[in-house]
Amino acid sequence: MKRSFMQRAAAAPHIVWSVLFIIAPLIFVVYYSFTDLDGAFTTENIGRLFTSNYVLIFVNSLCLALISTVVCLVIAYPLAYIFSRMKEKWQRVMVLLIMIPLWMNFLITTYSWMTILEDTGIINSLFKAIGLDPVHMINTPGAVVVGMVFCYLPYMILPIYTVMSGIDPKLLEAASDLGCSGWHVMTRVVMPMSLSGVISGITMVFVPSISTFYISQKLGGGTFQLIGDTIESYFVGTAINYHFGAALSLVLMILILLSMAVMNHYSDSEDEGGRRIK
Amino acid sequence: MNGKKIIELRGITKSFDGEVVLDNISLDIYEDEFLTLLGPSGCGKTTTLRIIGGFETPDSGEVFFDGKKINDTPPYKRNINTVFQKYALFPHLNVYENIAFGLRLQKTKLPEDEISRRVKEMLEMVNLRGFERRRVTTLSGGQQQRVAIARALINNPKVLLLDEPLGALDLKLRKDMQNELKGMQKRTGITFIYVTHDQEEALSMSDTVVVMNEGSIMQIGTPTDIYNEPSNAYVADFIGESNIIDGVMLADRSVRFAGHTFECVDGGFGKNEQVDVVVRPEDVDVVAVDKGMLTGKVTSVTFKGVHWEIIVDIDNFKWMIQTTDYVAPDAEIGVYIEPDAIHIMKKSEYSDMFGDYSSFSDELDELSDVDAEGEE
Amino acid sequence: MKTLSRLYLTLVFIFLYSPIAVMILISFNSGESTTEFLGFSLRWYREMFRDSATLEALKNTLVLSVSSAVASTVIGTLAAVGIDRMRNRFLRRAVMSVTNIPMMNPDIVTGISLMLVFVFVGTLLGLESYLSFWTLLIAHVTFNLPYVILSVLPKLKQMDKNIPEAALDLGCTPIQSFFKVELPFIMPGVVTGLIMAFTLSFDDFVISNFTSGSSYETLTIHIYSMIKKSVKPDIYALSTLIFAAVLLLLVISNASDSSGEPKKKKKDGSDKKRRMFLMRGKEGGVAK
Repeated sequence: MKRSFMQRAAAAPHIVWSVLFIIAPLIFVVYYSFTDLDGAFTTENIGRLFTSNYVLIFVNSLCLALISTVVCLVIAYPLAYIFSRMKEKWQRVMVLLIMIPLWMNFLITTYSWMTILEDTGIINSLFKAIGLDPVHMINTPGAVVVGMVFCYLPYMILPIYTVMSGIDPKLLEAASDLGCSGWHVMTRVVMPMSLSGVISGITMVFVPSISTFYISQKLGGGTFQLIGDTIESYFVGTAINYHFGAALSLVLMILILLSMAVMNHYSDSEDEGGRRIK
Repeated sequence: MNGKKIIELRGITKSFDGEVVLDNISLDIYEDEFLTLLGPSGCGKTTTLRIIGGFETPDSGEVFFDGKKINDTPPYKRNINTVFQKYALFPHLNVYENIAFGLRLQKTKLPEDEISRRVKEMLEMVNLRGFERRRVTTLSGGQQQRVAIARALINNPKVLLLDEPLGALDLKLRKDMQNELKGMQKRTGITFIYVTHDQEEALSMSDTVVVMNEGSIMQIGTPTDIYNEPSNAYVADFIGESNIIDGVMLADRSVRFAGHTFECVDGGFGKNEQVDVVVRPEDVDVVAVDKGMLTGKVTSVTFKGVHWEIIVDIDNFKWMIQTTDYVAPDAEIGVYIEPDAIHIMKKSEYSDMFGDYSSFSDELDELSDVDAEGEE
Repeated sequence: MKTLSRLYLTLVFIFLYSPIAVMILISFNSGESTTEFLGFSLRWYREMFRDSATLEALKNTLVLSVSSAVASTVIGTLAAVGIDRMRNRFLRRAVMSVTNIPMMNPDIVTGISLMLVFVFVGTLLGLESYLSFWTLLIAHVTFNLPYVILSVLPKLKQMDKNIPEAALDLGCTPIQSFFKVELPFIMPGVVTGLIMAFTLSFDDFVISNFTSGSSYETLTIHIYSMIKKSVKPDIYALSTLIFAAVLLLLVISNASDSSGEPKKKKKDGSDKKRRMFLMRGKEGGVAK
């Protein structure tokens, strides 16, 4: 088909836009990371990241993000499986129910969690009512994990569910027919087939949880800092330093790219394994 | 048929990504003609059609319409319309609006009752009266086909292009639509250029058949010409079943093959020229061994309804013969061939590639048919 | 087994809905506390409607999300058409990869990277306040674009390539063919993209946080600054109202979906699922 000029040029505004507002900003991040306030080249910003203070921040963020991701996976996987075995009509309802909380702004829901977890909050009021001792929950890493899991759990459930609902039930029957026990059907058929959903779920949870900045402020009570909070403080806080903030973001980006590359590598090799079985 | 030329292709060449799809094609198409481009998948027939329609521009060569060069005329300025392979109906419009689409685009705005009258006329013609308000997505394949034809014909094109329009229909419907299409062409007097890989379809509908292979035209002729006088082994094999045997022209009207000298009706070859001899399976008579011009042993027998199809080994060459009398497998038989059943062709690059039934099987034949369905 | 999975479902839903329940409950609190429920009243709803800053922020947000949704839908739809017709595979892959960046990158990085550009250009031009409605609009269009493109592209792929050709064949110029035939065909994808862009824009906080100046406050930014000061149940009242509106929209769109075209094929069902998942699938993965 001959393409008219219009069709050829249709993507042009988008391409120009992408160059100006996607590529250029990333170049600016790199540029700012390696310059000082006067615009001279420096590696000081990057160097400063390797002081114990910031290494600790990175380690904290990484740990919390990993914990949240694992918790999400553990909760989501059986749930997605249960969903995928329901009747079509119920599946739709369930997906809708999972999505509704996503429509709530996370600033508000995080604040609600404060109300729930506070020392005089709803849970502790309940405990008091039934005669239990209050438990300190707010301002702990656990509270932050609760907040993150709440915010990102649907992102883990939906991709896994989408893949699982695509598995032909006949395939499971065929597996049992060929002598797989229930457990083996799960480990040999369902799990390998749902892996792609798991992988995208993990990326969809891990990326926002490692870069979050508000949840930890509210539920962690500022007792410890995460990368997101640190970056924010250098851009809109009181100690503005774009150059150092840019360096932090650059390292965060590289960290995420690396973990995604690892994930992709892992999923690719698993894919090949799958092909071999076929 | 001796009408005016409506479309002329002169030396058309076209390649995609370095692969030559059309190699120096020249073709004349006349007014009021039903012309079929016939060939296997990838032979360039659809590309030829798309060049006429204006959806592709040739790399070199010229396209004339009514004497005017139209190489660079876009499709919307050509008085040619197309019925596409999968109909390409507009799913957001109902039957009426699909058919009226072309009319509504005319420069001078037509009054609504004029449009309505002509759409009704078209629906009448394709036997879809009362379907105006139906959504096209709710129609059956055959009905969609009719809407596509009506939509293409409403603009009164001089030429209608049809790209394997019956490919998606089942056999019975296909046969009916073939008759209808032929009838429509006769009534409207519009030139039809029809693309198909189905030789039976081509032979039964067309005034002229153009056999194509690998980007070149093999033969242009009437269906009877193409069947009775194939120009080379490729055409002989592609159109119907053929036994193609090496032979030597002894003199005009005398040819020697399979160890026997036959009388034939062709001449004009050099003395002792090597030739390809075509004998159609239905033109071979099975006779008693002592009465046969040739003798051989039956290796397989298949019942085909109207006739038996037998494979006979004559001098290590497997012949296919269609006979109405049962012959037992392994029987020795004689064969008799009338002079006018023998067709002589010059040797070509396709010689020795076709015509022997030693590896013949119905199943393989069907498989290759299925392949051809996936055309372009 | 069945009771076990029921119990499990219940627990997860309690977890997912308790903050929402708390929010709705407290919004009707008659007292000022966000932790103690003193009695039912509509007091905070009244106060909210009296607060001009909140109403202003709501108006700002609506203006911003509508304009960014429309702009990104126009640019994105055109881009999808262009990408669909691209013959150069390398170029096509390059464009798609760049398109996906705002989806893969954490919002905070997208936010600060845009801020750096605005700051740089702003100081270059000697502007006093470089962050404004326009910087917000640019940022929102930027993160909306991939979602629009990804919801339009599959529709274009579904379209028989002969359909635009048929339009040309019947006398359409390429432009007419686009508006009369192709656009109606891809409309469902375009509408999905538009709605998605609107909701993403309406809901965005992280990127807006870095690209909005003090002159133009959106609802989420307003809520953020309110929370920083002292929290009163009026924020909950506001959120409850937004929540109700969203719920209403969801119900309407679902109802119209199931009544509008009663017997859609199964293929569409899975398409829908994918779309719903896309709806809020902000971070990567989906693009694969």
